[in-house]
Parts: sequence; structure tokens; C-alpha cells
Amino acid sequence: MNSMTGQANTVNLQGNKACALGAVAAGCRFFAGYPITPSSEIAENLAKELPAVGGVFLQMEDEIASMAATLGASMGGIKAMTATSGPGFSLKQENLGYGMGAEIPCVVVNVMRGGPSTGLPTRPAQGDIMQTRWGTHGDHPVIVLAPGSVEEIYQQTARAFALSEKLRTPVIVLFDESLGHLVETVALPDVADYEKTVRKWATGKPEDYKPYHGDADGVPPMARPGDGFRVHTSGLTVAENGFPTQKPHEVDALMKRLLGKVALNNDLIESFEAVECKDAEVVIVALGVVGRAARKAVKELREAGIKAGLFRPVTLWPFPTESFRKQTAKARHIIVAEMNAGQLIHEIAEVKTGKQKVTGLNRYDGVPISPVDIKKTVKEVLGHE
Amino acid sequence: MNKQVALKADDAKKTADGKEFNIRDYLRLDLFPHFMCPGCGHGIALRALLWAIHEQGIDKDKLAVVCGIGCSGRVGGYIDANTFHTTHGRPLAYATGLKMARPDLHVVVITGDGDCLAIGGNHLIHAARRNLDITCLMLNNEIYGMTGGQGSPTTPRDRFTTTTPAGNREPVFDACKLAEAAGAGYVGREVTIHLPRLRDLIAGGLAHKGFSFIEVMSDCTEVNGRKNDLGSSPEMVLGQTRTMRPPDYEYDSNVVDHPFRPSGLHTGVFVQSDRPEYGAAYRDMSEKLQQGRTKP
Repeated sequence: MNSMTGQANTVNLQGNKACALGAVAAGCRFFAGYPITPSSEIAENLAKELPAVGGVFLQMEDEIASMAATLGASMGGIKAMTATSGPGFSLKQENLGYGMGAEIPCVVVNVMRGGPSTGLPTRPAQGDIMQTRWGTHGDHPVIVLAPGSVEEIYQQTARAFALSEKLRTPVIVLFDESLGHLVETVALPDVADYEKTVRKWATGKPEDYKPYHGDADGVPPMARPGDGFRVHTSGLTVAENGFPTQKPHEVDALMKRLLGKVALNNDLIESFEAVECKDAEVVIVALGVVGRAARKAVKELREAGIKAGLFRPVTLWPFPTESFRKQTAKARHIIVAEMNAGQLIHEIAEVKTGKQKVTGLNRYDGVPISPVDIKKTVKEVLGHE
Repeated sequence: MNKQVALKADDAKKTADGKEFNIRDYLRLDLFPHFMCPGCGHGIALRALLWAIHEQGIDKDKLAVVCGIGCSGRVGGYIDANTFHTTHGRPLAYATGLKMARPDLHVVVITGDGDCLAIGGNHLIHAARRNLDITCLMLNNEIYGMTGGQGSPTTPRDRFTTTTPAGNREPVFDACKLAEAAGAGYVGREVTIHLPRLRDLIAGGLAHKGFSFIEVMSDCTEVNGRKNDLGSSPEMVLGQTRTMRPPDYEYDSNVVDHPFRPSGLHTGVFVQSDRPEYGAAYRDMSEKLQQGRTKP
């Protein structure tokens, strides 16, 4: 019982700490990281938590090594995570792609700050929306979860482990400085089901095992070192036996399965929040912390008689396209409010089906978009008709 | 501590169970023929490694071989073990995560002069400093072979490569001194022509509890030897041996009068220390924390 709120199981928690605790609750037993603002509290909390539960915390020599060590630990068979911010996320891209290609589960947290370059280390931004989708080279499967509150950071970090293990692919958790440093009173959600979700391990006769032959869900069982399978893992394009190939039909089959396994499991991956969208004339699309401002703006606009709604993708990538289309079917206007110069707006313009007019509301001055900003843009858009 | 590895009288050594070494027991023979060029020293290094693994009685199921990118990076794939072909320069970082997660595995890293000293140099010095129980074999062929013969951090002075068309003017790295200075617990260098000595050097690394760094002087006949008129493979390895010096040999100057290389080559075991191994130290701390004996 919390003496301040009178509620059971509530706790005062910082966003970054919630991320660390959500990871441990989901069964994370390895973290490798490098100090970087504004994500360092994730590493600091795990440096305390992990050894106390028999897990491993490693401060590596750089961001690249952190990503590599995280994948190395996961190749050994345990749930592993790393966390960083923009500049570090850029450095991790090559090895993140290795995880996607070689199908090694792990969770990568990016607490966004202003960019480009060193940018605004202690100020929020959403400038990495497209980097999470296209950051590493070549075609690749991507799953990105974008929580919008401290409670959701805890829950989505735990969920990221479950998705990552189940689909044998890295999952990115994306939020920003303002959420990472936000302290809220939260009720910790039950994440036991996420904790129980572990990857499919290879069983049976080693001679019959094909390390890159997908099951019906597109995901191949993984061989645990020491279990007698003695497989080869490579960043090269491989055939089903795990060894490099350049045969066009084998390359094509691998790529189709790799990219397809995310689409095949979209029901499991998709998540979003829709507020008052059913009859909305104008739908605001907002991600993470901006969703909070948008929720307030929608409430106040409704009170003023304006039919506004909010669509907030919690799963950013793959974008919840069909759900978005359903939720915005009646809208005449879509406003994409994002803390960058315009990134998510490109996806919205591409996936919308109706004649909705798409307008961007952008801030990249290190200040979160406010309800006032959103209401002003809604009124401008409607007034211009 | 300088110590020369003595030649063993009986090279066909046996393991405790008396089984003689047969390289075929340790190879993925269905992948043959292998990718290595005729005359390449990497195959000899591979044989020495497998022989040492056999002598140490290491179970293939518990052996993890982590490689980077380049000619050295492709060597591990032929080993019938848990093999990981990772990204350029990063095998030590992958191996660090793997070894911390799975202390029950024997983790061997195979890397090259470009992989380990250029793009991955930071990971080498920190792996040596951390002193985790990993055996690192750096196959030094003094060139980027896989990409077509560019100069590397160990390309000798005046050597012609595709990126030093007028002869190399950059100084070279002494990888063993680097590893020693950074704290590696076991450091040594050997040439491929002395296979039993190389085998014993590697076996010493496998047996050592901590980070062991072994530099194998390999030879690249195709894109290094040919371009510099260093002769065929036998001539190249003979060139290596003629510039070899024991660990305690003191040069009057660093110049050796031999066309193969401008400076002499120390071989043998240079460092053998009992610095605390990091994995054990970490687990000791973790166990105490789990029992609540010390506060974090």
C-alpha cells in the first residue's frame, strides 16, 4: 500500500528506472552499455539490479562493443539488453543489423535527445523515428515499441523481450529524454507472461537440424551452444544450413522469410491507442510523450465542440497501418505532431487511404509539443477550410 | 617474464585418454575445399589451434569460436564447434558478452591484423585490461587479404600494397607489446613454420585463466608476397624464421639485414601472469550480493 496514494502496488518511478526494472522483471540477465545522456540511469540501475539477481552488467569500452556484447550474451542463450541515445544509437547500427540478419534476440533502448550530432544531450526530441526504421544498412525486419508514460516504459520494455525472444529479432524501445527523466506514480503492471516467453530452442537430432529453416511462424528454433548442435552463425547471407550462400534462390528465400516473419506475426506485434477517433473530423497522430499533450488537447477541443481524436502508435514499426486506416476513416484532417522536422508524416501520407489532408506540427527546439500547440494547429487547419 | 617455449621431443602428443590427434575430428569436412589461397599460413594456424584444443581435452560442444571479418574471419567456420562469424573488428566484444553469459564455454577468438589492431583496436586493449578468460589468436599476415591487399597496421616499412603504391611509410604496431601493456595475462608470438611450437604456445593460452593473446605470423603469398617479390610460401616462411629472435634477444639496433622485414621478430612467450580473471571476480561479487553480504 502506498501511503501517498492509498493504492496497492504503486511506486514513484523515473522513466529510465522503470525501463531497467521492466527489463529485469521480463527476465533480462545481461546488460552491456556505455555512459550517455539521457539514458545513463538505465545502465546505473541495472549495474545495481543485475548482479543481485545473478545477472551480468558490463560497462563496455564503447557503444559498438556494448551492442556486440549484448548480442554475444544472447547467442549464449540469455535475455540481453543495451541502452543508449542518438549518437550511441548511430554507432550501434552495424551490429544491430547483425542481430537482425543472424536472428539474435535482444532489446535495444534509445532514449532520444536533440540532434543532429551531439545536439541537445539533456533535451527531448523525436528525431530518430526514421533511424530506428532504416538505420542499419540493407533490407531488414524492424520492431520498434514507443511507450508514452513511465508505466508504459516498464510494460513495453518487458514486452520487447517477449517479442524479441518469440520472433528471434532485436526489438527497439524508443522514448525520449522527457519520458526517461519523468518521475510518475505508477502501478506496476504484471509482466509475468512476458517473463515466461523464451525463444524456441532446437531439440532433436543435430544432424536433422537446419538453423535457418523457419517454422510456420517464420521463426527458426535457435541452437544453444553446448547442446550438441555446433552450428555456424554468420552475418553473411546464409542458406538454411547456416553457411554462406550466394545462390539467388537461397538468398531470395532467406530475405522473404526474414522480412516476412514480422508481417506474419503482426497481430502479436501491433499496439496503439485511439482516443475519440470514431467520429473525429480531425485526428492527431502523436508518438510517445506528444501523445500526452494530444490527449489533453483532444479533451479540451471536444469540450469546445470540435470533433478531435488521437491516434498514438505504441508499436511504431511496423506501423499499425490497417488500424490507423480504420480509426481515421471519417476524418477530414490528420495532424502529425512530432518533435522533429517531419518524419512520421511521410509514413502517414503513404498509408492513409482517404482524402484526408495531412498537416505537420513540428518542434525541434528541445521543448515538448504542448496541448496549446496542438489546439492552435487544429483550429488553424479547420479555419483554413 | 620471458620464457622460450621449448620444442617437444614427441610431437605426436596424446590426450589424457590416449587418443591421437586427427584434424578430421575437428573440421567440418563437408565445407571443403576451403577458401584459403595456396601457400596461405592461416591453415597451419588452424591446424595448430585444433591440435592444441585436442591436447587440452576441450569438448567441441563446449567450444565457441568467435571470428571477425577478413581472411582470419573465415577460418573459424571450418571448425566443428559453436562458431560465430561476427562483424569487422568486433569479435572480442561479442566474445566478451558470450563468455560473461556462458562461463562454461571455452571461448576462442580468431582475428587478423586489420580486424584486431585497426578497426577493433579498442576492443583488444580493453579485453586485455579486463582479463576475461578468452584465448585470442591474431593471424598476422601484414595485409588486408580479403579486400585485395591493402596496407594494414602491421605492414612493414617500404612494403608495396594497393594502398601504399610507393612503399609503406607508416610505422607498424607491435601487437604483443600492446597486449602486454594493456594487461593481457598471457602473451606470445610464433611463426607457422614451427608448428609444434605454435601448438604449444596456443595450448598455453587455452590453459591460461585470463585473457591470452597469441600473435601468429602468417604469410600471404597471393596479395602480399607476389607484390613484393617475397617469393613463394616456403621462401616467405623461411624469411620469417631468418628474422626471428628469442624473447630476450637484444638488438644493437632495430634493423635486421634481411629483405623480408626491416626489423627483427621476437617469438616465444612474453608474458605469463596470474592477474585475477574478470569473470570469476564478477561472479564472486554477484554471489555476495545475492547472499546480501555486501551492499551494492
